[in-house]
Amino acid sequence: MALLEVENLEVTFGLRQGAVKALRDVSFTVERGERVGIVGESGAGKSVAAFSILNLISRPGYISGGQIRFEGQDLSKLSSDAMREIRGNRIAMIFQDPMMTLNPVLTLGQQMVECLKAHRKISTQEARLIAVEKLRQVHIPSPEKRIDQYPHELSGGMRQRVIIAIALLLDPVLIIADEPTTALDVTIQAEIMELLLELCESNNVGLVLITHDLGVVSQVTQKAIVMYAGRVIEQGPTKEIINDAQHPYTQGLINALPQQTLPGQRLNQIPGSMPSLQNIPAGCAFNPRCEFVMDVCKQTLPGFTRSGGCQVACHMVREMKEKAAQEAS
Amino acid sequence: MIAFVVRRLFQAVIVMFVISLLSFSIQDNLGDPLRELVGQSVSEEERQALRDELGLNDPFLTQYLRFVGNALEGDLGTSYFFKEPALDVILNKLPATLELVFGATLIIILLSVPLGVYSAINPRSWFSKTVMGMSIVGISIPVFLTAIMAIYLFSVELNWLPSYGRGETVPVFGSWETGFLTKDGLLHLLLPCASLASIMLPLFIRLIRSEMMEVLESEYVKYAWAKGLSPLRIWFLHALKNTMLPVITVGGVQIGTMVAYTILTETVFQWPGMGFLFLEAVNRVDTPLIVAYLIVVGAIFVITNTLVDLIYGLVNPTVKLAGKKS
Repeated sequence: MALLEVENLEVTFGLRQGAVKALRDVSFTVERGERVGIVGESGAGKSVAAFSILNLISRPGYISGGQIRFEGQDLSKLSSDAMREIRGNRIAMIFQDPMMTLNPVLTLGQQMVECLKAHRKISTQEARLIAVEKLRQVHIPSPEKRIDQYPHELSGGMRQRVIIAIALLLDPVLIIADEPTTALDVTIQAEIMELLLELCESNNVGLVLITHDLGVVSQVTQKAIVMYAGRVIEQGPTKEIINDAQHPYTQGLINALPQQTLPGQRLNQIPGSMPSLQNIPAGCAFNPRCEFVMDVCKQTLPGFTRSGGCQVACHMVREMKEKAAQEAS
Repeated sequence: MIAFVVRRLFQAVIVMFVISLLSFSIQDNLGDPLRELVGQSVSEEERQALRDELGLNDPFLTQYLRFVGNALEGDLGTSYFFKEPALDVILNKLPATLELVFGATLIIILLSVPLGVYSAINPRSWFSKTVMGMSIVGISIPVFLTAIMAIYLFSVELNWLPSYGRGETVPVFGSWETGFLTKDGLLHLLLPCASLASIMLPLFIRLIRSEMMEVLESEYVKYAWAKGLSPLRIWFLHALKNTMLPVITVGGVQIGTMVAYTILTETVFQWPGMGFLFLEAVNRVDTPLIVAYLIVVGAIFVITNTLVDLIYGLVNPTVKLAGKKS
């Protein structure tokens, strides 16, 4: 049994202009200790997918279909108290901007101790000891002193370390990290990512990493999920996706990396921009930007085709596979 | 901390100096104090002699410097009407006014925090909408009208509460007589305090509500949910503490303003406080008393604002009171 199974997840935002589906038919699994990357442009639904796992999408958004099973439990059937038991305890989250995530008027110690006390019967003294220990694990110097400081006394990188320490406080089995390094200085980004990777590996913690940095995905994750306009369009082992992307969109993303171009050459880009969720084109949502577009792409939504270890939602890939199968037989 | 208090004291001295100058300079424009002082039958020569004796014929600067010199020794002049030191007359009435303001502040704090928080958490509930609607009504009605309507309803029609005066008071220390310790005194406090609170309460409910709604959308509150904390802890610790920062700042200024509003409330309820006294003093052209009142009220403003800054520094860790100038 997988640690986390997301099946046909659909999230709707009830806006004044009508209901908008931010996620459609999203399915993926995370095994124990597995690291999964969710990639896509801004607005593709990455963060919504992450927040919906913990049922933390803010109004007017709500989960309108599908199932999220965590350790075999259907999370949508849990009471709010039972859901709270999972949040921070079994599944921890790391937010994007460390400058905004910690409460400015509470000390680090208060924010760590309250988390332990919310989930365990534990004295404040014991909780502080655990907190200091975790701060030491994320390489915060003199944690006994730091614990009584307020967030504004720490730098951005330090704060993200503290947030990682808070995520590890209750030894969760899964950490959801929503662009954990986007708001940080480039030199700090690598440090934080390395720390996160190291701690996940040594504690056998599963990781759902949301990012638009393909470089990070290839370094950290074992599985990658590519999202476009609220749908998964390709998913599979990270190595296969990076080295041999099937979907034209994924190919475009990889070609757009600066490493793919010679110095002085123009950077590659995918023409156009992602459609707004209110007017997604018929058929494949990517068809207006796709250089291999066919008639069928504009009419019917592509289903998933198996290609190696990956699943790809693309008519062209399906036709190529079918042709190859015919030739073989 | 000490550096902060010293700096604040220095500012307070400057503020008090400006207040004294302003309040002293208006006294010539209030009418002739002699008419109230001696009546019609006194001859012009005698009036002039009295004016000279009181120093009213001296140039403004001489009068002002004499006033400041006396004020530094704690003498703000002698009331023409009471024939007593003006400061003593005012300070005798101070407890009544402070109790009125204290009662009103208590009502505001006890009601605005729960109502503001509730309507921020459930903005769509009918209760929140009712509270918001009522608060618009409350802001729009002037305090003397509220007071008169309250007297009509609770004193005249229902006959539940007394309509004027402080009722039974007991001395606590020195000349401080309190109405908070007797049942009769408390009943007498209820209507005036509620009327005085009515002008500020809606403002605070709306302020707390809008601040709280903003804070509830913040990343750190979302993060608190993601940590699996209880809703009560998130609302009343994580969110409320941040909500109160701007509310404390506004609150300090408003408490001072409320002292000014007591003039209206005290007049309607015949409340024997400073405000009522001030209005009488204006009618009698009792200039030393008027000047003394303005200076005492100015001092109250300065003291409450300093206290509020101290409290703000305690609540907001990013403000360092003892630190260098930022």
